[in-house]
Amino acid sequence: MMTAPLAKALPVPTGETQPFWEGCRNHALRIQQCSACGHYQFYPRLYCTACMSEQVEWVRASGRGTVLSFTVVYRPVTKAFAEDVPYVVALVTLEEGPQLMSNIVECDPEQVAIGMPVESVFEDWSEDIAVLKFRPALA
Amino acid sequence: MESLRGKVAIVGAADTEVGVVPHMSATQLYVKAARSALEDAGITKDEVDGLITCNSFVEPYMYHAEMIAEYMQIFPRYCLNVATGGGTTLAILHHAAAAITSGMCHTVLVTMADNMLSGLSRDRAIEAMSTAGHAQFERPYGPPIPAFYALIAQAHMHAYGTTSEQLAAVAVACRRHASMNPAAQMRDPITIDDVVNSKMIASPLHLLDCSLVSDGGAALILTSAERAGDFPYPPVYMLGVGEGHSHEHISQARNLTTSAAKEAGERAYAMAGLGPEDIDVAELYDCFTPVVVIELEDLGFCPKGEGGRFVEGGRIELGGELPVNTHGGLMSHCHPGHPGSMFSVTEAVFQLRGACGSRQVKDANIAFVHAQGGIMSTHCSMILGKEVG
Repeated sequence: MMTAPLAKALPVPTGETQPFWEGCRNHALRIQQCSACGHYQFYPRLYCTACMSEQVEWVRASGRGTVLSFTVVYRPVTKAFAEDVPYVVALVTLEEGPQLMSNIVECDPEQVAIGMPVESVFEDWSEDIAVLKFRPALA
Repeated sequence: MESLRGKVAIVGAADTEVGVVPHMSATQLYVKAARSALEDAGITKDEVDGLITCNSFVEPYMYHAEMIAEYMQIFPRYCLNVATGGGTTLAILHHAAAAITSGMCHTVLVTMADNMLSGLSRDRAIEAMSTAGHAQFERPYGPPIPAFYALIAQAHMHAYGTTSEQLAAVAVACRRHASMNPAAQMRDPITIDDVVNSKMIASPLHLLDCSLVSDGGAALILTSAERAGDFPYPPVYMLGVGEGHSHEHISQARNLTTSAAKEAGERAYAMAGLGPEDIDVAELYDCFTPVVVIELEDLGFCPKGEGGRFVEGGRIELGGELPVNTHGGLMSHCHPGHPGSMFSVTEAVFQLRGACGSRQVKDANIAFVHAQGGIMSTHCSMILGKEVG
């Protein structure tokens, strides 16, 4: 486990996103699934974007996905990220369907490729906040 | 739905000095641009009864359009502040056309400006703009703005074999045009090697794949086609306009390599009754080189996936099949933030007036202007012509 430098702003959960962040704190990836039509979605929303049902439940996702696209960042967005350079910002498509942004960690940035299988890993930034990241999936 | 085709015209257009303009505040750039556009149209401020602005990033006001009206001491019957990022200019013109044709007002002044370079240091500007990402689900991963567009570029390269050299051709074309434009911020010609050997910012985007940070402003005067003959310069008619909106955050994009420019373009062509083959000059949003490649595809100038090959060999340069960004674009003319695409519109007007000197496109009768804002989020296309036809 590593601790982020103080300068990296901690995400602030809202009532709507709290269950996701609670999951992260326990190193579990939670997304929403619609009880009416089975649709999975991320980020969290008040109702299902496929059928508009309000019966959306929190479920544990497998944590497996593939790299939809990625970039290796050489010029950090702020000084808080300077120590991380070069770092990989990626879009990951979860096995369940939704896509999200993350970092690909625990590998050489040059090895990251579109279509690469990845799995979730969590970085503890504070007692309350763990940030969802991905690493290359073990074969 | 009633068509706006040919019902509204641009009768005044002006840019301020652009690039590095440390002696003027953001607000001064707005009103300077406005004054010059009124002069270009040969009218006084009292003839303006509609005003639309976009807020300034550096010097914002809660009610920005009211502030500009107050500063200029004009008292419009229609006064609106619009924000859709880089797409704002064309969205504003769409609203202005609707306001004029519905009788809300007769003569609209559109003015946009900012001084992102002098009013904000380059580092602070880039850092401030990083707040574009979702606070909980994007920003923790440290994406600078180029990274958002790099995700799009990488996906396009993977899907269609687009190369860094092809992306670089966009930057080279813009710079060549800027070298013929005395007003442009960056005028020294560059080569494909210069672009691909410039510092890597967020792979595959190099420094010279990225647009500028600038100061500057521009303004336009619009009125109904019936009134458009009473001004010093021949009117430039709005023949088609269309918008497309697909997402706010890139992580929620429906598709990385096909954008809502497709819908925007189709709507504009349908209104104008024209197609890509009718276009003489195109001023396309070029905040990063891959954006132009994708726009060329989505706007129908070449098939999907062929954008990289299309920009090769000088095809988008002056004298080529489709001159793009004849003023130098955001890459080389100037990019003061939200007002960026104002300069695409003023350039299109100047091209259609035949007033562009050494960078004039021969026999330019129909111009296509496209702008996008956010991260390929909000799109607006506009087709302008010398005649309603």
